[in-house]
Formats: sequence, structure tokens, C-alpha cells
Amino acid sequence: MNKTKSGQVVLNAPYLLWSAIFIVVPLLFVVYYAFTTANGSFTFNNIINFFTNEQYMTVFWRSMLYAVWATVISLVIAYPFSYCMSKVNASSQRMLMLLVMLPMLMNLVVRTYSWQQILEKNGLVNTLLESIGLEPIQFLGNAGVIIFGMVYNYLPFMILPIYSSISKVDKSLLEASNDLGCNTFGTIQKVILPLSIPGVLSGITMVFVPCVSTFYISRQFSDGNIKMIGDVIEDKFYRSSVPDYNIGATISLVLMLIILISLAVVNKFSDDDDQTGGVVI
Amino acid sequence: MSKLRWIFITLIMFILYAPIIVMIVFSFNSATSTSVFDGFSFRWYQNLFQYGGDLLGALRNTLILAVLSSLISTVLGTVAAIGISKMRSTWVKSTVMSVTNIPLMNPEVVTGISMMLMFVFVGKMLNLANSVNFFTILIAHITFGLPYVILNILPRLRQTDKHLTEAAMDLGCTPIQAFFKAVLPSITPGILVGFIMAFTMSLDDFVISYFTNGTFQTLPLLIYSMTRKPMKPDVYALESIMFLLLLVLMILLNVIQSEDNKKKGARLKK
Amino acid sequence: MKKLICAVIAVLLIVGLFGLSFLGESNTDVDVIDEQYYKNDYTGIELNVFNWGEYISDGSEGALDVIGAFERKTGIKVNYTTFDSNESMYAKLKSGSVSYDIIIPSDYMIDRMRKEGMLKEIDYSKVPNYKLIDEKYHAQYFDPEDKYTVPYSVGMVGLIYNKKMVKEEPDSWGAMWDERYKGNILTFNNSRDAFAIAQFYLGLDVNSTDKSDWDKAAAKLKEQNPILQGRVMDEVFNKMQAGNAAMAPYYAGDYLTMADINPDLGFVYPKEGTNIFIDSMCIPSNSKNYEAAMMFINFMLEPEVALANAEYICYASPNTAVVDHPDYSLAGNEFLYPENQDAIKTEYYKDLDDETRKYFEKLWEEVIIN
Repeated sequence: MNKTKSGQVVLNAPYLLWSAIFIVVPLLFVVYYAFTTANGSFTFNNIINFFTNEQYMTVFWRSMLYAVWATVISLVIAYPFSYCMSKVNASSQRMLMLLVMLPMLMNLVVRTYSWQQILEKNGLVNTLLESIGLEPIQFLGNAGVIIFGMVYNYLPFMILPIYSSISKVDKSLLEASNDLGCNTFGTIQKVILPLSIPGVLSGITMVFVPCVSTFYISRQFSDGNIKMIGDVIEDKFYRSSVPDYNIGATISLVLMLIILISLAVVNKFSDDDDQTGGVVI
Repeated sequence: MSKLRWIFITLIMFILYAPIIVMIVFSFNSATSTSVFDGFSFRWYQNLFQYGGDLLGALRNTLILAVLSSLISTVLGTVAAIGISKMRSTWVKSTVMSVTNIPLMNPEVVTGISMMLMFVFVGKMLNLANSVNFFTILIAHITFGLPYVILNILPRLRQTDKHLTEAAMDLGCTPIQAFFKAVLPSITPGILVGFIMAFTMSLDDFVISYFTNGTFQTLPLLIYSMTRKPMKPDVYALESIMFLLLLVLMILLNVIQSEDNKKKGARLKK
Repeated sequence: MKKLICAVIAVLLIVGLFGLSFLGESNTDVDVIDEQYYKNDYTGIELNVFNWGEYISDGSEGALDVIGAFERKTGIKVNYTTFDSNESMYAKLKSGSVSYDIIIPSDYMIDRMRKEGMLKEIDYSKVPNYKLIDEKYHAQYFDPEDKYTVPYSVGMVGLIYNKKMVKEEPDSWGAMWDERYKGNILTFNNSRDAFAIAQFYLGLDVNSTDKSDWDKAAAKLKEQNPILQGRVMDEVFNKMQAGNAAMAPYYAGDYLTMADINPDLGFVYPKEGTNIFIDSMCIPSNSKNYEAAMMFINFMLEPEVALANAEYICYASPNTAVVDHPDYSLAGNEFLYPENQDAIKTEYYKDLDDETRKYFEKLWEEVIIN
């Protein structure tokens, strides 16, 4: 008993120490700024200002909405994709996994510039449309294109954990399910789906969370027309001629709380006799 | 069915690679433009190799930082994930997981600034001229890489049989041996994915780097600061070379692994 | 065996990737006015230089590698980093996280930093090449007594338009409110520049501290929203070059770059007036290498160095040695150095008081968030 305890300490100490110093302490700075005025005296006004500001609220709900859409679409694409991936032969599986990750290693600005060339008014897609006699479409500037941009950028973050957990499902389990009279669909529903839930939850976390606070993608894919909350926070700290750390910190604190709550809700759906962990919030 | 599967996979891959194709095409542009293709030339590659410029230096810094930070966060994160998975108290566990998620949740600019404030605070106490430097940017990159590692390993651990370690120990393994022989192989894919994600995030991070870098210039910092003046195709050329190298590297790794598996398979048959 | 070969190739590739970053030999040969001046022994010193992105001749395509040349000449190591806006530069400097030795901000930001005591006075006797700076750039409002700055680059905003899409040559900012170009108009994606266009058009002072002036400009900007294609910065190059938009306000020098690719583009300085900026080299007050910093500034003023920078940046140079240089390809360019310079109404942005700043930033949020 004693031995396992000391083992626990050895396992947990480095990370706990690290996160206390480099995650929690900086977080305290955020909390400090969120509850103080520019001169450093305590206040609730920042929070009130945020919730009563029409613009901030618009942007805030927009960001939540887009992030939900991006997460749902990513999931809808990533799940069947991961399933298909897990069905091909082992060597192709590994290759596909690497190929899914490779585009992420390229610089985001370069990839975004390229997407703009594809989706521009006189871009590749529109040239194609015109050549077959269709009307060109103004893609950039639409909400749909921002969501597309987020899906494009974060899709691998959904595919990889899901694939990782689907591929872990025991082959004999699938055979057993087939033997017991389940068709492919039944097997997916009854065996693979429940077992891949941890991967799905990891994927949702890794897509939804960065999407809510995304900033560069929204600006580029909307031609600077649509702001998301990440853009507003970036402005407050970084771009504005009157940097306002207080309101910036407030917005990010609220954002964090909302994300925590939504993740908790997602995890509530999942289950369960949570003994071994996974994405616990 | 199998054909349909491949059609779907190819379609998604096409979308993932569409901008990469455009990037490679424009890296061969003879004009100084990333939007109008004037003619085919090696101008930008030649420029890159002949004069190098600050791009290559920044690339070197970026790679050093990405490799170091992702390796450290992978080791630290793997240990942490195992520790977390063994925690008994739900309350402690959920607190730790919430903290783990903070670097993901916090908008990057907030993480960047709050870390900078802390480093400046410490730097002032220690009376340093530059309170941010290579080590602070390294710390920052390790920190935001950690959740990716942990979130990728935990699901694997959760699927791993709890009794695996016990079984191994019953068979005479020490706890450490049990870990390396029984647990580690079953979570390796998770570790690998976590490592690559951490590496990716580090390779492309701009905002957090901006506030924690000191005078350590990385490639994303260079590229993102091109706001008044645009990016030139030489950046495309550099990224295309990196793409090609990484692609070949991945294929080679795959071949090596396949060979390994064949050998293992042969051994099993015997 | 196959495995071994693969492993060897893989290792070679990784080494190659790192090796790649050591490649390249740039042109660091430069003749200076006074060789003796650089003979001080500053070996071991590291200078931290903070500049706009893509704002120095970096040696590409055989041009002078300015940083490399300076390092070779003096033995000083330069840590060169870049920023993307005056505001982000200020945010980083204000935090005191790094002690920079040279920064190159724009006029209004210099004014602000000077007032806040963030700049160090320059000892011009140690910068002999300062004499090359054109008289007309001396004693500007942001440095009325010539104590803190050495001008680096000068630019003016104008209206770039596509002759194929815009039939008659525009002469007024009003073109940007013309319904006929709906969906084809671009504007700046930052508050001060976007406001300025409305202010010029309405005949208001861009440095007004009267809130009602800003209200009027904001109303005008809101009017523009439905016909805008987008708000852009560097993306303007791609959009205008590929003919994706009809008009955009941007800097004269950048118009030249764009017109190289797309000859259909035209450029005017609208009659209502326009913004002029001067980016200048300054030494922040927490600089640790004062003497070496001045040596760097002096080096940047060397005719050959300044020429390389002016060619690279493509903005007007305040350096007389550049303007009169026989090799200067942009000498007398009608947009960079217009003959009727005095006929063009130009206005500097000035540092506004905190209250006005807060006010227009709030208005800006109302304009862009809808």
C-alpha cells in the first residue's frame, strides 16, 4: 500500500508542480486582471460591462455557435473516416495516420493564403464553376467559410483520437459480434461506438476548445468581416491603441468557465462508472 | 464497400491537401506573387539555397524549439497521464483535468501575456536584463503541448486492461518492468499522436511565442509579422521543401515499421 | 537490409533538414563612408533589434544582407526580431520583458513613447551619418527638438484601383462609398487607418479630440459596411494583384510592387488629403548597449545600406544619399517622390489623449461588429 502511494507521488509530482507554476500561476494573473480596474482596485464592473455590451454578446454567441458547428461537422466527417481508416490494411493505416497529420505541420498562414487563392472571387473554384457555365460564388466573408476553415484546420485533432480508440477495439470482439448475428451497422452501434467514446470525447475537447477562441482563421476566411471572440480578446491585449487587459482577461475568464461547463455537460452524457479516467472534467 | 471506403478517404485527403498543392504550385512562380502565377521557375528555390536569408535561420530555431519542447512534453505528459489514470479520488482527478485543459481553453494571447507577466515578475526579482529568453519560450511551448499529449494517452490507458500491470507483476516483473513491457506498448500509439500534435502546435505557434521569445526568432514569428508587407513565394518554397522531406521521412518510417511487423509475424508463426 | 537503408536515408534527411538551415551565403560586402568609425572593439556585444516584418534588406536574390554586413563589419551579434504593428510592439516594450537596443516604430507611436519616457536621447555626434537625413525630415512633431529619432522610411497612403473595374479615374475618397463598386471595395483592417479615410473624405481632422467628429466618421464607416468586400492588411497584395477587388487604400510603394504583377492597377492621391507616416529608428530607455546601438543607426544610414533598404522596402527614403544615388531605381518615381508634393495634402497621425483613443476604439468596435 505504502509502496503504491510513493509510486503515485513520483508519478504525479512533476506534472502537478509544473502545472501549478506554469498554468495556475499565470491563470491567477488573469483572475487578478478580471476583477480589478486599471488602477488595481477590486471591481465587478468588468464582468458587468462584458455581459451588458451588445457587441461583445453578439460576438460571444457567434463564437459558441460556430465552434459547435465546427465540432459537429468535424465529428460527422471524422468518425466514418476513422472507421474506414481502421478497416484498411495495417500498413495503409499507418500511412493514412501520418498523411492526416502532415498538412498540420505546414505553416497556418501559408495554408490560409492558399485557401484564399482557392476560394477567392477569381479563385480556382470559381474559375472551375464559370468554365462549366455556373455563376461564381463569393465564398470569403461568409460564416459558412469560417466554419469550413475551422473544420479544415482542426479535423486531424478529431480524427486521430477517434482512430486511435477505434483501432484499439479488440478484433475478436468484432468477430464475436458478427457471430452473434450483428450486421456491420449493429457492430458499429453496439460494440465500436461505446468503446470509442473516450476517443470521441478527447476529439471534441481538442476541436471545440480551440475553435471557441480561434482568431486568425476567422479573420482570414471572412476577409476581416466577421469577428469572433478570440479576435476581440486579441484586440484587447495586442492590437488596440488602448490595450485593456482588464476586459480582455474578463472575457477569457468567462470563456474558460463556459467551456468548462460545456465540457462537463458533454462528459455527463458519456457515462459512467468512471474508474479509469479519460477526459474527466 | 471497400471501394466506397477508399473514395471517401481520398475525398477527405483531397480537401486536406488542396492548399498544400496550391502552395507547391506557387512556390515555382517566377513572379513575386502568391496569387498570380506568371510562369514556372526555380527562382525562389535558388534564392533560398543561394542566399538563405533569415528564413533558414528562423527555421533552424523553430525546429530546435519544436523538437525539444515536444519531447519534453511527451515524457512529462506520459508520466502525468499514467498518474492521473491511477488517481482514486474523482474530485482530485477532475481538478487536475480541468487544470490540464486550461492551456487549451485560454485564448493563446491570454496564455502568452499571462506567462510573460509571470516571467517579467520573476525576472525583476532576479534582476535580469531580459526576463524572457530561449528558456521561457521553451517552457511555454512545453506547457501548451502537455494537454495534447495527456488527452491522447488517457483514452488509451482507459481502454487498457487494469489488470495488465498486476498480471505482469504476477509473472515476475517489477513495477517498472511491468510498465515498459505491458502498459507502454499498449499506449504507444497515443504517445506518438500526442507527440506529433505537440510538435505541430509548437511548429506553428505565433502568439504565445511573441510574448515569451525574448530575442529568439522563429519562423512563425517571422511570417506572422508580415502584415504591412506580404509573404513572398520563398516562404512557399521553404514550406514545400519541408513538406517533401517530411513526406519522405514518413514513408521511410512506415517501411521500417512494416519490415518490423513482418519479422514479428514470421517469428509468431514459428 | 531494406530497413537499414531506410533508416540511413531517414537520418540523412533529418540531418539534411537541419543542414539546410546553415546553407546560403549572402552578400555582406559593403563600403562605408568612414571605415575607421567601425573600428571600435565591440566583440561579444549582442544588439537586440526590433523592426517591422520584411522591413530590411535581407540578402534575398543577391541584395545586401544588412544585418550580416553589420555583424561582419563590427563583430557585434544582432538579435533581429520583428513585429506586426506599432501597438503590438508597444505592448511588448511596455512589459519590459526584453531590453531592446533599436526599435523602428511610426511617428505617432514615437510621440507616445517619448511622452511616456520610454526613449533615450541619441547623441548625434556619435552618428556622423545623420547629416545625410534630408532637412525636411528634421524636427518633426514627434521629436520637435531632434533628440530621439533618426528617420528610416517615409510613406503615403493613396487609393489603388483596378482600371478594368473602375471606369473613370477616381480623385476622391468618395469612390470608396460608390455603390457601383459594391462588393469590390477593400479598406484597412485597423482602426486608425480606416477612420482616417472617412475623416479625410468628410473634411475632418484625423487628430481631432472632438468626440462628435469621431461620431460622424464612425457613421460614415457604418454606411460603407454594406458595400465593402473586406478589411485587409497584407492580403491586399493578393487581392489587388489577382483582380479580386476594384479598389483599396494602401501605401504608394506597395502599389509599385502590385503594379509589377498587375499592370491594370492605377494609383491616386485623393484630393481631400491623405496620411503620411515616418518610421524612425529610436533607442529605448532600457537599452543596455547605447554606444553600439548608435553605431547600428549610423550603419543603417550608410549610403549603400540605406540604398539596399530603400530598394527592398520600396517606400520613400529620407536619406539624401539614397535619393541622389545613381543606382537608385526608384529615384524621382512619380508616386514615391511626387513633384507636386506640396500640392498633396498630407496629415500625420498624432498621438491622441487616452480618452479620445478609448472613444474611437469603442466606436470602431461598433463599426466592425454587426
